[in-house]
Amino acid sequence: MSEAIRYEKDSDNIVLLTMDMPGQSANTMNATYVEAMGATVERLEKEENLAGVVLTSAKSTFFAGGDLNDLVKVQQEDAEELSKGGEILKGQLRRLEQIKAPVVAAVNGAALGGGYEICLATNYRIAINNPKTKIGLPEVTLGLLPGGGGVVRLTRLLGLEKALPFLLEGKQVNPEKAVKAGLIDALADDQEDMIAKARQWCKDNTSAQQPWDTRGYKVPGGVPSHPALAQKLPIIPAMLKSKTKGCYPAPEAILSAAVEGLQVDFDTAIRIEGRYFVSLVTGQVAKNMITAFFFQLQDISKGKSRPEGVEKSKCEKVGILGAGMMGAGIAYSSAMSGISVVLKDVSAENAEKGKAYSESLLKKRVSRGQMTQDKADTVLARITPTANAEDLSGCDLVIEAVFEKRELKAQVTKEAEAHMLETGVMASNTSSLPISGLAEASVRPSNFIGLHFFSPVDKMPLVEIICGKETSKEALAKSIDYCLQIKKTPIVVNDARGFFTTRVIGTYVNEGIGMLEEGLHPRSIETAAELAGFPVSTLAISDELNFTTMRNIRLAAEADLATEGQELPESSSTSVLNKMIDDFDRSGKLAGKGFYDYPEKGKKVLWPGLKDAFGGDKEIPFEDMKERFMFVQSLETIRCMDEGVIESIADANIGSIMGIGFPPWTGGVVQYINGYGLRKFVARAQELAAKYGDRFLPPASLVEKAENEETY
Amino acid sequence: MATDAYVFDAIRTPRGKGKKDGSLNEVKPVDLVANLMKALEERNPGLKTSEIDDIVLGIVSPVADQGAVLPKTAAMKAGWDTKVAGVQINRFCASGLETVNMAAQKVASGWEDLVVCGGVESMSRVPMGSDGGAWAMDPKTNLETDFIPQGIGADLIATIEGFSREDVDTYAANSQKKAAAARANGYFNKSIVPVKDMNGLTILAEDEFIREGTTAEGLSGLNPSFQMMGEMGFNAIALQKYHMVEKINHVHTPGNSSGIVDGASLLLIGSKSKGEELGLKPRARILSTAVTSTDATIMLTGPGPASDKALAKAGLTYDDIDLFEVNEAFASVVMRFMKDTGVPEEKINVNGGSIAMGHPLGATGGIIVGTVIDELERRGLKRGLCTLCVGGGMGIATVVELV
Repeated sequence: MSEAIRYEKDSDNIVLLTMDMPGQSANTMNATYVEAMGATVERLEKEENLAGVVLTSAKSTFFAGGDLNDLVKVQQEDAEELSKGGEILKGQLRRLEQIKAPVVAAVNGAALGGGYEICLATNYRIAINNPKTKIGLPEVTLGLLPGGGGVVRLTRLLGLEKALPFLLEGKQVNPEKAVKAGLIDALADDQEDMIAKARQWCKDNTSAQQPWDTRGYKVPGGVPSHPALAQKLPIIPAMLKSKTKGCYPAPEAILSAAVEGLQVDFDTAIRIEGRYFVSLVTGQVAKNMITAFFFQLQDISKGKSRPEGVEKSKCEKVGILGAGMMGAGIAYSSAMSGISVVLKDVSAENAEKGKAYSESLLKKRVSRGQMTQDKADTVLARITPTANAEDLSGCDLVIEAVFEKRELKAQVTKEAEAHMLETGVMASNTSSLPISGLAEASVRPSNFIGLHFFSPVDKMPLVEIICGKETSKEALAKSIDYCLQIKKTPIVVNDARGFFTTRVIGTYVNEGIGMLEEGLHPRSIETAAELAGFPVSTLAISDELNFTTMRNIRLAAEADLATEGQELPESSSTSVLNKMIDDFDRSGKLAGKGFYDYPEKGKKVLWPGLKDAFGGDKEIPFEDMKERFMFVQSLETIRCMDEGVIESIADANIGSIMGIGFPPWTGGVVQYINGYGLRKFVARAQELAAKYGDRFLPPASLVEKAENEETY
Repeated sequence: MATDAYVFDAIRTPRGKGKKDGSLNEVKPVDLVANLMKALEERNPGLKTSEIDDIVLGIVSPVADQGAVLPKTAAMKAGWDTKVAGVQINRFCASGLETVNMAAQKVASGWEDLVVCGGVESMSRVPMGSDGGAWAMDPKTNLETDFIPQGIGADLIATIEGFSREDVDTYAANSQKKAAAARANGYFNKSIVPVKDMNGLTILAEDEFIREGTTAEGLSGLNPSFQMMGEMGFNAIALQKYHMVEKINHVHTPGNSSGIVDGASLLLIGSKSKGEELGLKPRARILSTAVTSTDATIMLTGPGPASDKALAKAGLTYDDIDLFEVNEAFASVVMRFMKDTGVPEEKINVNGGSIAMGHPLGATGGIIVGTVIDELERRGLKRGLCTLCVGGGMGIATVVELV
């Protein structure tokens, strides 16, 4: 008998199964599991006078789900093997739920994905009432579907409409909410209570049977042919696709498997689910999403870009200079993670305003039941608003978030360094000014670094860390530690104009504005970006960025380069922006008029004058429009890598998705190239260059990689 | 053509409101047809049912009351000869006209000599969509084909062509006016067979859906039918394809879309020699037929291309046609047809259309062939063209010429 699932029969003939996979911190659905579960089920089937089965885990979590290391490697030609493997796994669970004795899942900790699918293959689910325990089927977030019977069982258990949010959005809930939703049947206080309750349930329900194996069982809400459901069915795919834009195969496959599965018997439904699962695993989008959102994100949260040999640090007291939108957000995120915050502005009044931002966010959390008032008070009390630089004393980190003016930044840096800890890190939250230049104002340039937060800070997970010429590895390590401490995702880049994110998103914005200048239809430009999967279309984002700001940044960059005797390359967006600002007096959302009009009521609409101003009746292949937005950013990223602006592929991928809205289905700006296929990508880039300009010419490093059949 | 196909007779029931309170809701669809069958025999004393090769009827939702090959069942009920075969076909809204075309083709091929065609739809008893189908109901198929309902397509046509709410309401009010006048003047009496009960008592003698006195202004108060479902998701799907459209203008309402009604139609089509043999008088000749398809998303732009195709086959141009019947599925469909073909409104639907009288899906194609023949005869004109927009982007057309 395998030690992966311990088997203990008590005097009541109830078997306690304890999953405890050797050499792993969590139970996962790998070969060891399959072997152990197979043997376990066989033994249970042979057991005489079996009175019940209680399945639990010896780990801190119940079960972690499928093994993504295995799944990410699967290729098209492995489809048959994968589907056979799936049948074995699902066959075992089917036999488990049909054992001639009650089977109870005793959920001691997180049961996600495959873990929760195992729970579904039992007759009753009891969970310890720990509010931090997560339960759900998050497969969709990695481009997959619950392929262990999760789609089939959950739709039969809850009915299609109640099951879909869990399946399509991968919603995770704590045990209390899981009981409300019907995912879990009962709560227990602790391990002992849970096992006792599980045993008792077995004794009280000797003829337990799965609902779907019970004669006359009616799926809640009915099957698809039921008129009430049938009437809603035609629009459900449209509702889904209006959100996914057709970029995500997983939710489409889940919806299909769910509806098709309800039209046939249980075992047929399981086969249908399996076919959809295999199609997703062998497809590119799941690979992209697993690579970025599981492996690369995990690397980043483990601090992969953190310099070795520097002791782990913990930020105790952070000073934030400038209590505007950004400063107030950084203060909130820091206070939420237990850090004392000194929020300084030129006046106490301004600083108080910045603190009020946290107060309003905390109020919301309390009103939604996400936090107690006590806890909220404690968090708020950590923030000290002030106009006095002396209050910065003792800060081991100071982040300036004042206006993007060099002189001002130099002044506040000097002021802060006079009071903060000498060993502390001085950071600038600039989005565009070169860090090495700002560091010139610092008395300790090796402690000076860029921490580029994104707005709104409380929602945006990314921080772009910029190392200046003299930034020490200690300063970098401390900055990474701080970002992880406040639960942000740090990427590390080197100092160059626009760093990484600002530079790359600039190409996206320019491309869209350039299309306008080419005379393409403005609505088509926006729709192309949306259908490529960008959360914010290109002209809309330009409105947010503000034309005057964009022009000023460009003028500043031109002036900077001029002092070095260089010229900024021509940009197609310049003349459009000049025309918009100077001829039409439209400068963006702030002014209430940019590429869009912003009516007081209702949604923004493209300014009807765009067609007269720029044409709008020229057409190019729609696919070209979509791909230009992707290619221009991917190619700029490769140039950034060539120039050493960014070194980590994980950082580039995650940074592009979390910071600047590169479509998540691609797995990020570099993974997009992998997914496209390097040779194909190079050929297509050359084609786009011939049609639309040299900015699409693939850099030599990329061409070489393609020729060597390598990937990023 | 090997053999010319002639229309000997074309009859129909009046159209009843297709709801519980509609007059024909109490009449089973099989009886709507069986009664017309009996009337066909009465109107054509020489007709021996043993000489009818086949009955081809359009039924868009051939389930429940309309299932199980209703044409054959109705023939048995009407006491027709055992030798007569029957078949039901579905080409969405074109079903009725498709049966006319099929009957003509059967005769023209020389392989059959006398065919009954037409169609039936009791929309009050078997509501639209009762037959399900993968296109809308199967998520995978729905997603792969970007399914959207016709009404969104109709609104999309109006948006792209710039037809305003006032334009479509004006068109609709005009249809009501023409239909009311035609009914008052008895223009439909030639082909309408009143629906009677088993005791000979009349259940419905005239089209009951027409709303006399309808004005564009009155219609302007109605709520758009497709706005809510559009905003829930269908608009987004349409605009993913029609990416130059900023937003869909939802102009169609129950007042400017075809009405939901119950009704049936029957036509007797055969060869000249079979007609002579049975003493049947030919009224019109089918000159050509056509089906085609256009983009399924906008869905309702088929009538123009289908008419082009039918006219080309007949060696005719739009100028050679005296009267047109363009099914008023939605006002924008007919307006788009006018724009596509240049045919003036004075020649189209001169006695109103489905907006005023209703569109009993499977029966409509047969009805409009009868309507155009009646009107050509009344006006002493020569040629007519019937066309409908069809689900899936299809279009259908038939050209007839009086004998």
